[in-house]
Amino acid sequence: MDNQALSPVEIRDMLIAVSDKIIESEALLSEADRKLGDGDHGLGMQRGFTAAKSQLEALEPKTAGDVLTTIGMALMASMGGASGAVMGMLFQSGGMALANAASLDASGLSQFLDAAREGVCNLGGAKPGDKTMVDALAGAQESGQAAIDGSTSEAFAAVAAGATDGMEKTKAMIATMGRAKTLGEKSIGHPDPGAVSVSIIFQTMSDYVNQR
Amino acid sequence: MKKILNDPNQAAPELVDGLVDYYNGAVDKVGPGAIALADIADDKVALLVGGGTGHEPIYHGLIGPGMADGAACGDIFAAPPPNVILDATRAVNKGNGVLYLYGNYAGDVMNFKIAAQLAAAEGIKVETVLIWDDVASAPPSEKENRRGIAGLIPIVKLAGAAADSAKDLDELVSLVTNARDNTRSVGVALAPGSIPATGKPTFELDDDSIGVGMGIHGEQGVGIEKMMTADALAEKLVDLILADDLPIGSGDEVLVLINSLGSTTMMECLIVLKKVKAILVDKGIGIYDIMLGPLVTCQEMAGLSISFTKLDDTLKTLWDKPCSSLGYTKLGK
Repeated sequence: MDNQALSPVEIRDMLIAVSDKIIESEALLSEADRKLGDGDHGLGMQRGFTAAKSQLEALEPKTAGDVLTTIGMALMASMGGASGAVMGMLFQSGGMALANAASLDASGLSQFLDAAREGVCNLGGAKPGDKTMVDALAGAQESGQAAIDGSTSEAFAAVAAGATDGMEKTKAMIATMGRAKTLGEKSIGHPDPGAVSVSIIFQTMSDYVNQR
Repeated sequence: MKKILNDPNQAAPELVDGLVDYYNGAVDKVGPGAIALADIADDKVALLVGGGTGHEPIYHGLIGPGMADGAACGDIFAAPPPNVILDATRAVNKGNGVLYLYGNYAGDVMNFKIAAQLAAAEGIKVETVLIWDDVASAPPSEKENRRGIAGLIPIVKLAGAAADSAKDLDELVSLVTNARDNTRSVGVALAPGSIPATGKPTFELDDDSIGVGMGIHGEQGVGIEKMMTADALAEKLVDLILADDLPIGSGDEVLVLINSLGSTTMMECLIVLKKVKAILVDKGIGIYDIMLGPLVTCQEMAGLSISFTKLDDTLKTLWDKPCSSLGYTKLGK
């Protein structure tokens, strides 16, 4: 652990910043979803992260897992649909891996991402290449593993870059899961809205950590 | 599209409240989006259904005696979250377990899966049967990729009767699996419905085109074709069902459901029924009973679907039991 590791209170504040960013990205996310789905992804994310923010603000966390599972349950319960399940599971299963962690550093971030990817993939059955949020999450997770020996801020920056890279790759893919499957080849050229959300989440985390 | 709403984003909770009002004391709201029969027999093996709202009368309008014991309702066209499913599960559980019966859509599968784990952690026995009757959604070898559409109406009715007689959850799973495996459907879309919150259509289709095999949210089917006569359409849809892997032939008996997806009229459904009956009679296939009307809808979507459930003696006995609910009521044999 390096001296940059985040305390549970800092993790909470980081996720409040993430919530604010997602809430203000509603129009961008809904527009992304209009290309591939029914155009309500932004509204669902806004609803979920509004509920998450109010629970986080009331939380006095003792461990990293406290914060992460709180946001996971809040998203799952308030969003519904496929996106509520996968976004909630990302934080829920990732947070369970850090249930007793007193802080979050590069190694903890990698553990979080390993468990988050496993949890989401087990739940939904999506693999990288299916044009889903898993592409961004897998990009983040692989970058997190590669950054395990570096500083906390370097690891968050690498994870954000990995998530964005994974999201960018979904533009060239044909959707094979969910409602976007209907579009077939017409889905090419547009990023998966869930992957856009995941890249915003990790980019905002990195911005918080690197601007402290 | 004009719709009679208050706050478009509150359509789902408001319709659920209205549904509870309709049931006039027979159904309780047991949590946000979770509803259950007020009176469930002790020791009953319970039947829980659920899914996104906006497709009324399914799923939440299928609660009633001889039908489902409870329902978990999501937002419009979106799966209910796990905590809503768990609230409904606790309300219907009488100690003999709960069967989750719902359509095979990714969001529903994920949320019900999480709810089943949470219920199991509380000591509630849960089993699941997925409804996947749409023959146009994947080849027979990939049933786990098929969608659940209007065939869920006969399946939930048969499951409701089975839940009244099943001695345990395993027996109920086996009876409902048999009902599911003997049910096939296929639909046709003429025009999209619209999303209440945005007013936007759920899919696009040219005025002179129809989507054969298209799903109730506009999912891809067999293909886009030019508009045709009712008789030609009935033949095409019946052929698609009979070409599937469930053998239905001379001497067999089936339930027939002609389902309107919303704005297609009873007149059109009856004209299609006339041709479907003629085709079946010609093939020596008996019609045991008929359901017809807007039972699985997508707002004002135009189009219809045809479902057949092939009945053995066990399924006939279950079908003959009376049932009542907002969506489907059967007074007697």
